Amino acid sequence: MSDAILTFDHVEKSFFGVRVLKGISLDVPRGKVLGLVGENGAGKSTLMNLMGGVHAPDRGQMLLNGAPYAPRTPSDANAAGIAFIHQELNLFTNLSIAENIFIDGFPRLRWLPMLDRSHMRARTKQYLEAVELHVSPDTLVEKLSPGERQLVEIAKALSFDARIIIFDEPTTSLTARETERLFRLIERLRSDGASIVYISHILPDVMRLADEIAVLRDGELVAHGDKEAFTINRMIALMVGRAIEQLYPPRRSAPTTTPVLEVQDISQQGIVEAITFTLHKGEILGVFGLMGSGRSELARILFGLDEHARGEIRVAGKPYTRPSARRSIDAGMAFVTENRREEGLLMDIAIAENIGLVALPRYAAATVTAVNERRYFTEITDVAASLAIKGGELRQQAVKTLSGGNQQKAVIAKWLLDKPAVLIIDEPTRGVDVGAKYEIYSIINDLAAAGTGVLFISSELEELMGVCDRMLVMSNGEIQATFSRDEFEKERILRAAFRENAA
Amino acid sequence: MMEAEVKEPNRAVTRSQLVATSSARGTVRRVLRKLLLSEYFVLYLSIVYFLALWPFIPRIASPQNLGNIFSNMWPLLAIAIGQTFVLIIAGIDLSQPSIMALVSVIGAALMTSQLDPVLFEKSPLWGIVFTEAGGPLAGAFLAAPVAIMVMLLVGALIGWFNGTAVARLKMPPFMVTLVGMMFFSALAIYLVKSENIIHLPESYVLLGQGQIAFIPYSFFIVGALAIAAQWLLSRTVLGRWFYAVGANVRTATVSGVPVTRVIVTAYILSGVFAAIGAVFYSARLAAGRPTLGATLLLDVVGATVIGGTSLFGGKGKIMWTVFGVLFFVLLDNSLNLLNLSYFWVQIVKGSVILLAAALDVARTRLLARG
Repeated sequence: MSDAILTFDHVEKSFFGVRVLKGISLDVPRGKVLGLVGENGAGKSTLMNLMGGVHAPDRGQMLLNGAPYAPRTPSDANAAGIAFIHQELNLFTNLSIAENIFIDGFPRLRWLPMLDRSHMRARTKQYLEAVELHVSPDTLVEKLSPGERQLVEIAKALSFDARIIIFDEPTTSLTARETERLFRLIERLRSDGASIVYISHILPDVMRLADEIAVLRDGELVAHGDKEAFTINRMIALMVGRAIEQLYPPRRSAPTTTPVLEVQDISQQGIVEAITFTLHKGEILGVFGLMGSGRSELARILFGLDEHARGEIRVAGKPYTRPSARRSIDAGMAFVTENRREEGLLMDIAIAENIGLVALPRYAAATVTAVNERRYFTEITDVAASLAIKGGELRQQAVKTLSGGNQQKAVIAKWLLDKPAVLIIDEPTRGVDVGAKYEIYSIINDLAAAGTGVLFISSELEELMGVCDRMLVMSNGEIQATFSRDEFEKERILRAAFRENAA
Repeated sequence: MMEAEVKEPNRAVTRSQLVATSSARGTVRRVLRKLLLSEYFVLYLSIVYFLALWPFIPRIASPQNLGNIFSNMWPLLAIAIGQTFVLIIAGIDLSQPSIMALVSVIGAALMTSQLDPVLFEKSPLWGIVFTEAGGPLAGAFLAAPVAIMVMLLVGALIGWFNGTAVARLKMPPFMVTLVGMMFFSALAIYLVKSENIIHLPESYVLLGQGQIAFIPYSFFIVGALAIAAQWLLSRTVLGRWFYAVGANVRTATVSGVPVTRVIVTAYILSGVFAAIGAVFYSARLAAGRPTLGATLLLDVVGATVIGGTSLFGGKGKIMWTVFGVLFFVLLDNSLNLLNLSYFWVQIVKGSVILLAAALDVARTRLLARG
């Protein structure tokens, strides 16, 4: 193995008495890409937070270029040439690109207490060119797409001449094109001599980018070596500590022909156009589309969160008008939204109360009478157990203390108390590790077997192909094609998804 | 950071004798930490404050003064309960003092039995609502209960108005209730031309001044309301909805919580509780006063927040508010006993509140570190 730019020497870290890192020793190679993989909670982010100055290790030390390195704040890390591109980006959306890049130290005019704007602009322009983002330095960050914002973060790293750049799940909110651009940029940074740490759940990406791969499990380093020594299956086996035979659980039931959700000609100017399809009892119907294809917007309209101008929705044969979330729930619909933090959970509230929120009115005679606490908490405990939600005392612990996969299961659980006839589920496996993904697929399978019609929206084609009975492909707000399971073929589906509007 | 120095309190005593100072310090630190993180922190703070002042102002512990502190708590608590509801849904109600002023004037205008024409002739209500012979309910058998019902209704109406502006028109609660504060307090002054309305029915005045075995009526009424409010928050569907809306309004919407209705209800409760507070304050004064409550805004919001209810929503308890109110009443009382000028009272009060807020921040940080 090559020489190390940064060395972790038996670092340990605990939170709330739980040992998150159990003595990790790892060399970050100079001028290469290190792929860091592991399940949620394996300690990847904590390890990187030590490097980025967010936390300090309880025991052990770090060496940067052979010298002890103990950053106390993220700006210490930046000063040492280490940049951390977080999963949730750290930009001030109300400021311009140039202001964001110089936020840690604005250049001043020599004789006046004022900012040297022209210098800021000129430098920013250089950095933006280096990351191939062709917009004005004065553009407000709020006007940029998630992918473009990430490029600004990278430009910021270039501005303080970062020698180590850490990427934590950088592709979760990028389009395919933006992802491709990011990968090219990472490869260029490496050839310019930067050392990269790349964290991701998307293992094929790791295989493509990394020179070396390190696998963490339960706070320990279980493998580290050149990429050639790894395959995707080996990585998975190392991550979960056992071999997973298959990524998708087998279907044990077949869809029926009884319609549960009939959608007729749903349209809303500029968002979706003439959407017509039928979801059957016990069917898993996939909706595939690229970012901006209208897939999530369609889900919001079906559930009554957004308006539509035209068209008809029938649930279990009954037409339902003037949709709202409450009416949809009463009609037997459930909706697992794509952003569990923003729309799925009450992060600071107890796990049990999160799970109970949707079905809550059922446990009391009226809104101002007492909730039947015994029945309420018994049923919550049951559904939590049936989904194997792990990691906390349900009534005491806030849901934010759970790992990503368990948070997602909590979101699903809150809809299952009402035994829905239709489940709309949007990107349920985003930011969730391999083991939890399998569990979520199994839950969806079980629901379908019990008769629920599932509308499964995703941008990951493989999982839709692995789980669904049928698939709708959307592009430009329209359904471009429908495929049944025996017609699933990656290229055909992608071609439909990339199809531009004919008009 | 705390190490596992002491595992069980009983064994700790014998061990601390052996290891002497270091372990003793550990125990002190542990106890301090436990106090700081306790739900009863503000209660402890009040007790410590009381004990610290006792040697300097012995009068503070006189039976009469303790009685004062006790009876001063309840009207303020009534208002603070209303504020707690609104803070839990991540709102704020700055209009509460103006609601108090307005409803006290309206209630008194209805009940009064005699008005001085020299003072009130210029009032827009003169000749329409009241005359020299008092208001429409003057001398009526049920004057007080009817007037109180009207007062609560007006409080509810203003609350409904605030809530509707916030929930349906999506206006920022700070602006809506700030404007409400200006509008309704000006209206109260305009209606009676800055004059207090006196000559209220005895049964009404008794509500503010009456006692059962030295315990004021307000204790029984507000105490019962506090218990009911806590029950509503922790045991009912509506209560859970309050927390959900305050914690994350988007998640609440997707989960089928009737967000608009919940927000409007919280503001209505705030208005009604402000009106209840107004009943006690004006009954104690035996007058309807157009500036009633004008100085109370800081006390109400401060007491609720220092109790532990979050300004950002999703977190709060009536019991915490009770402690916060106790702390504020104690602070006020002690500063009065010191015979300081008004300015000094305000300066000291501000400093103590700031200190309490700083302690609260320290607490939150400790909790986050675990």
